[in-house]
Amino acid sequence: MKIYLKILSFFTPVIALAISFGLTTFILIMIDRDPVETFTLMFDYGTTGKSIVSILNRSIPLYISAVAVAVGFKMGMFNIGVEGQYILGALIAAQVGAVLILPRPLHVLTIFIVAAVVSGIWAGISGYLKVKKGVHEVISTIMLNYIGAGIVAYLLANVFFEKDENNSLKVPQTNYLLESGQLPPLNNILGIEDLPNLNSFIVGAVFVGIFYYWLVWKTSLGFDLRATGLNPVAAKFSGADPNKLIVLAMLISGGIAGLVGMSNLVGYFHRYTIDFPTGLGFAGITVALLGRNHPVGMALGALLISFLERSSQILDLNNIPKEIERIMQGIVILVVVVSYEVVRRYILTQEVKLASRMVDKDE
Amino acid sequence: MSNFLNFIKDNKEKTFFIFILFWLLVIAQIETYSQLTTSGTFAATMRLAIPILLAGLGGIFSERSGVVNIGLEGMMIMGTWFGAWAAWLYGPWWGVAAGIFGGLIFGLIHAIATVSFQVDHIVSGVAINILAAGTARFFSVVAYANESQGGATQSPRISGEISSFSLPFLSGGTFLGNETIDLLRNLEDLNLFFISDISGLLGGLTRDISYLSFIALSLVPICMWVLWSTPFGLQLRSVGEFPVGSESLGINVYLMKYIGVTLSGAFSGLAGAYLVIESSGIYRENQTGGRGFIALASVIFGNWRPTGVLMGSGLFGYADALQLRSEESVHGLLLLISIVLLALSIYLLFNKKSRNGAISLLMAFGFGIWFLNSTSVPNEFVYFTPHITTLVVLSFASQRLRMPKSVGQPYKKGEGG
Repeated sequence: MKIYLKILSFFTPVIALAISFGLTTFILIMIDRDPVETFTLMFDYGTTGKSIVSILNRSIPLYISAVAVAVGFKMGMFNIGVEGQYILGALIAAQVGAVLILPRPLHVLTIFIVAAVVSGIWAGISGYLKVKKGVHEVISTIMLNYIGAGIVAYLLANVFFEKDENNSLKVPQTNYLLESGQLPPLNNILGIEDLPNLNSFIVGAVFVGIFYYWLVWKTSLGFDLRATGLNPVAAKFSGADPNKLIVLAMLISGGIAGLVGMSNLVGYFHRYTIDFPTGLGFAGITVALLGRNHPVGMALGALLISFLERSSQILDLNNIPKEIERIMQGIVILVVVVSYEVVRRYILTQEVKLASRMVDKDE
Repeated sequence: MSNFLNFIKDNKEKTFFIFILFWLLVIAQIETYSQLTTSGTFAATMRLAIPILLAGLGGIFSERSGVVNIGLEGMMIMGTWFGAWAAWLYGPWWGVAAGIFGGLIFGLIHAIATVSFQVDHIVSGVAINILAAGTARFFSVVAYANESQGGATQSPRISGEISSFSLPFLSGGTFLGNETIDLLRNLEDLNLFFISDISGLLGGLTRDISYLSFIALSLVPICMWVLWSTPFGLQLRSVGEFPVGSESLGINVYLMKYIGVTLSGAFSGLAGAYLVIESSGIYRENQTGGRGFIALASVIFGNWRPTGVLMGSGLFGYADALQLRSEESVHGLLLLISIVLLALSIYLLFNKKSRNGAISLLMAFGFGIWFLNSTSVPNEFVYFTPHITTLVVLSFASQRLRMPKSVGQPYKKGEGG
């Protein structure tokens, strides 16, 4: 590939973000707010020490959710069901973790495994339905989101609830995890005691990223996944079993999705409550698209989305609707997918031209 | 007798369908479950089915032109927002127009992304959904923040409603200015097997029909006519089957796809407006509740045909109506499921499919025991009845469907050389 094409490809996200900021500026002017003031406020607030810790904490589940989505994307499958998968996994893991009494590393590890297994099975249903019944995974994962949410609501209200002091009212939340099932924040280790707690599951997120890279680019399973995603017919003739891969990809994707709720479970809430954050599954799709399924790209994408979410909190105090961030996210994702596609096609045609020129020379 | 057996052999699905309906009727005779077939339930079914129907009809236009549209949900969200906003300011019919417009704009965005820029259809659809949710939230803050009843997640109550009519003589409408008898209501009140249930169905579908519902239902035959009996319809469908061939015949492939996708946005917008104006009278965040996705599912198992979508949306509307109107009657469905599974297991065992038969038998007993040991189905389960229905129906139907040949594949002008 010519060097200028490589540079172009590398800078596509930057171009896309610039366009998105342009469109957001336009909207701000339309509602009669000062765009420069808005962006300055956001930047100043988003770069304080407190904000940075908050942004890092927010990025952990976002990144893991993005990786879960990306595993599917790599073989041309859309796991839109991360949402349902992780809340179900987190709830069951919270309950199991609250009941178990184990030494610390084992206790935490058991919680992770339970979450991954439950979410994996939930995602596996979609894989099974696709292979055996021909149901498209987009539809089945979306429907399983609603079903999962219903099951979680049912379990919280009727099975895993906690009795209040008088033993009469049911509170829809699980019991606290014992201390051995909790992860302490990283602040002491890093020497930043004066800042808010930094969730130690950030280490877990890094491991998930490394695992993703290893699995997809360094194993033969990953090769089959990518081959199937790029050219299913060719992959089949090279010996990859598409049905097996579909189920496997969904199981792995769901297993990773199970870890999405873990930073909040073992590192923050220590129980499953109705306050447990939702919507991370959908945000993960945004991040995966932003980061082009690349382990580092998605990390940057997660940080960007978290930055937008956190820094927009200041805007309401200055009479600018903080919801501008919601519309910004939407614009960013749309502009990003369009510009990636445009650049991809441009590079493809340029390469074809280069190749044909070389062929001409040979003749 | 052998004629009868042959009929069953040749029409397995129809027999199965009639079998289910028969047992539904039987169960509806039990006092507790009488809500299964009252006119009230069927009226609610229609109200709840129409948004899915409309979005589904839109989905047909999009998919028939070769573009998968998972953004139906987002376009519907825009329909609810714009519909409520304009209805609040100017009255319901303006709401309908604005809802259509809001959906249309997002349909156009989807068309630009997928047709002109050849972005993956599902990726673009997901992006549309995220953008629509964000836009609706943002607009709400801007438009309703200073209104007493409105806010970031809901609009003020809309003013006025769309007038409705009943059929004269059959369901108590007026005829030449005079009140007439309500024949279907009288029949329904007699509590006769089958006759009262059918009267309930017909009464629910003909009593107090709003003009908007009437327009929505009449779109089904209109869409069939447009898609299968006009040159435009033929061109649109040909583009979804074989774009290279269409182009060689001089059809403007891009234009057809643009029309198909934009129309799907307009239909979804109308669906959203209907939801606001006919069902709730107010815009609420997440009001669509995945109906756009269910609509897409109904397009698929309706085999990309308007009548199929009508049946699918009717089924989902029914499931939805039951969960809203009466929890007891949903409990009756457990018995129905149990009976149907039992019959299925007998059929499978007779055909020597012992494994599936055994599973089916086990599930039949499971549902039977559940039915006997409870008096109601938990609320949370009832809430996802439509979604689980979607999954079950798709698992049985998917393999027999025939989708437009090149749906989901990006097409570049001049691809055929």
